[in-house]
Amino acid sequence: MADSEKDKDLVGRRGFLKGAAAGGIGTLAMGTGAIAAPQVAAPPAPKLGPGPAEGDPVGRVELLTTDRPGSDFMVDVLKSLGFEYVAANPGSSFRSLHESLINYGGNKAPELLTCCHEESSVGIAHGYANVEGKPMLVMAHSTVGLQHAAMNIYNAWVGRVPMFVVLGNTLDATMRRPGVEWKHSAQDAAAIVRDYTKWDDNPVSLPHFAESAVRAYRISMALPREPVVLVADSELQERPVAKDANLRIPKLTLDAPPWGDAGSVTEVARLLVAAENPVVIAGGATRSQQGMERFIEFVEALQVPVVDQENNLPSRHPLITSRAALRNADVILGLEVEDFWGMLHTVRDQLERTTRSNTRPGVKVLNISIAESPLRTNYQDFQRYQEFDLSITADAEATLPVLIEAVKRLLTSNHRAAIQNRGKALAEAQQSAIARERVEATYGWNSSPISLARLAAEVWAQVKHEDWAGGRELANFQWDYDKYYRYDHFRSAQGAGGRLPAAVGAALAHRKHGRLYVNLQKDGDLMYAPGALWTAAHHKIPFLSVMHNNRAYHQEVMHIQSMANRRERGIFDRAGIGTAITEPNIDYAKMAQSMGLYAEGPITNPNDLGPAIQRAIAVVKRGEPALLDVVTQAR
Amino acid sequence: MSGVLRFVLAATAVLLILEHFAVAQERAAQPTVEPTAPAGNVDSGKKLFVSAGCALCHNGEGQGGGPGPRLAPNPNMLAFKVFAQRVREPINAMPPYTAKVMSDQQLADIYAFLRTVPKPPDVSTIPLLK
Repeated sequence: MADSEKDKDLVGRRGFLKGAAAGGIGTLAMGTGAIAAPQVAAPPAPKLGPGPAEGDPVGRVELLTTDRPGSDFMVDVLKSLGFEYVAANPGSSFRSLHESLINYGGNKAPELLTCCHEESSVGIAHGYANVEGKPMLVMAHSTVGLQHAAMNIYNAWVGRVPMFVVLGNTLDATMRRPGVEWKHSAQDAAAIVRDYTKWDDNPVSLPHFAESAVRAYRISMALPREPVVLVADSELQERPVAKDANLRIPKLTLDAPPWGDAGSVTEVARLLVAAENPVVIAGGATRSQQGMERFIEFVEALQVPVVDQENNLPSRHPLITSRAALRNADVILGLEVEDFWGMLHTVRDQLERTTRSNTRPGVKVLNISIAESPLRTNYQDFQRYQEFDLSITADAEATLPVLIEAVKRLLTSNHRAAIQNRGKALAEAQQSAIARERVEATYGWNSSPISLARLAAEVWAQVKHEDWAGGRELANFQWDYDKYYRYDHFRSAQGAGGRLPAAVGAALAHRKHGRLYVNLQKDGDLMYAPGALWTAAHHKIPFLSVMHNNRAYHQEVMHIQSMANRRERGIFDRAGIGTAITEPNIDYAKMAQSMGLYAEGPITNPNDLGPAIQRAIAVVKRGEPALLDVVTQAR
Repeated sequence: MSGVLRFVLAATAVLLILEHFAVAQERAAQPTVEPTAPAGNVDSGKKLFVSAGCALCHNGEGQGGGPGPRLAPNPNMLAFKVFAQRVREPINAMPPYTAKVMSDQQLADIYAFLRTVPKPPDVSTIPLLK
């Protein structure tokens, strides 16, 4: 572009847009998935500057203020989508949107959560979405911000988590400030996460932004739910809205989940009813309390044992069984199973990797899933190929009513007698297993470092009378996950650094319900981005974090030990090199206290646990986060 | 060694181990004296249990709870010969501890340590587990 043309364009953009900005927008309400399309009011006149600056073309009037930047309209769009919160580490590429959110938008719906790292922003959104079943908004700062966010976006991708990332960027090179703004700009800003996001767009106008934002939300929430990225160009954010912009927000309609066709579902039911030893493997088969209740109805109709990977059933349900049940199964039905092949096989991790089947020959393997179909190629999160006798690409939860109806239709009185006996035997087997686990918990009961069984029992004793929720890391036979929301359904790529912020996000989602959220916090994970603790303290997000502090990246210690053994060298005291978190030991309580949390520790005597947990819970019930640093056995 | 022979030997080994467990389960719940176990140094065994990485999977006192099963206290403790075989040539994903890196004496020390781990409190005496 010639200089004269550039100048003309500058004037066009910055100089003569008086009267172009739009006014406020009517209050929007989200109904049952549909949102009315509002029209934008005429803008007030902007303030003009003192006149042309030195070197400016003669006659140019510099525009210094505007009452209606593009980012105000972006806020209208984002408000229309019903976001409660926006998690962000501040960055200049979205400074305009940031200002619009807090002033024009009133810092309400969405409310800003100040984060110390984009990895924390995304992790908080991950944990929130697991509980709420809808995305949190995340703002990330161009190149560097998205790079920070990338690992936890991948965690969310693998976790099938809806998330809405707005990414600041300055595409127009002639509009960039010299220096750092160039380093914080990209031609294709969302490219680095495209392998593990479901959709992205780079709108070039405000109508384009509105349309793509609504589309992105819809795509993120359609099954399988995944993160999406929408680039908010800085010029689009900062430029006043054109007078004739004719802006509107499209209506959002969320997609109903797809269910299996009647013929295929009836065949699944027929095989299950006719089976002698059917087993159901339940991955992320349910997404709600209603889904849990449907699933209970389904498995009780058949009295079928369930290998429950994600608390689709209440944790004390008598039909829950172990993976060992697969060995004798003649029909196996998987519902949204993440690693089906891995469930049916065992891989021996020795120098020569060998595999063996965990099932008997001739077993019929059936599959209903929409979440576990590969969506992308590069990142290999789809596991080994499992052969099926029948597979239905459909949402398991949405298919359950049809499946229940088919099962009940096919059951005869002969079936019912056998089924009741099966259920009785399963209930008795579960009681025996619980009795064994109770005795196992006594081993190492008084050990220091503290055993996880002791820790689980001590925490349970203090939370069992509360309306609690949490992860499953502490769960033993005592923990009664009797409702869907008890379990936070955290699933990820197991990228370290994801658990702490996800716990903060989950606790935030539970806050408005008054639930006590309990997090088992590993030391290695905590040290990736401990600033999420500060976010919890700053925003008064109450939760109890109990540490599983084994003073190491323990899984990696085991891997190094294993390698040393294979090579017959250095097996004594060497595996901790590069893997142990000692010398010095980290004082996590002090670290948490420095960020405004109530914290105690390190706790090494198991007899000190109970009173410490009581004190911490009292703090949490006042509406604040608390952390207990507990030095534990390795595993 | 042919594949068939290797399979037969492996199957025999598994059967022997299973037989051992079956016999052991039938014994009274009293610590048995292992006549073939070499003398071991308990203190040395306790240190070795940690420094050689056993505790990584079996936890500090061999109580299990992680990826490795409970080893102690165990009234049905494996006979030393079988114990040594399981350590030298594990049948699962446990890393092998060959004689090159862990001597028979060191193994005997660990075995001696595991045999001294005291019994846990009775479950009925722990209110939190009721």
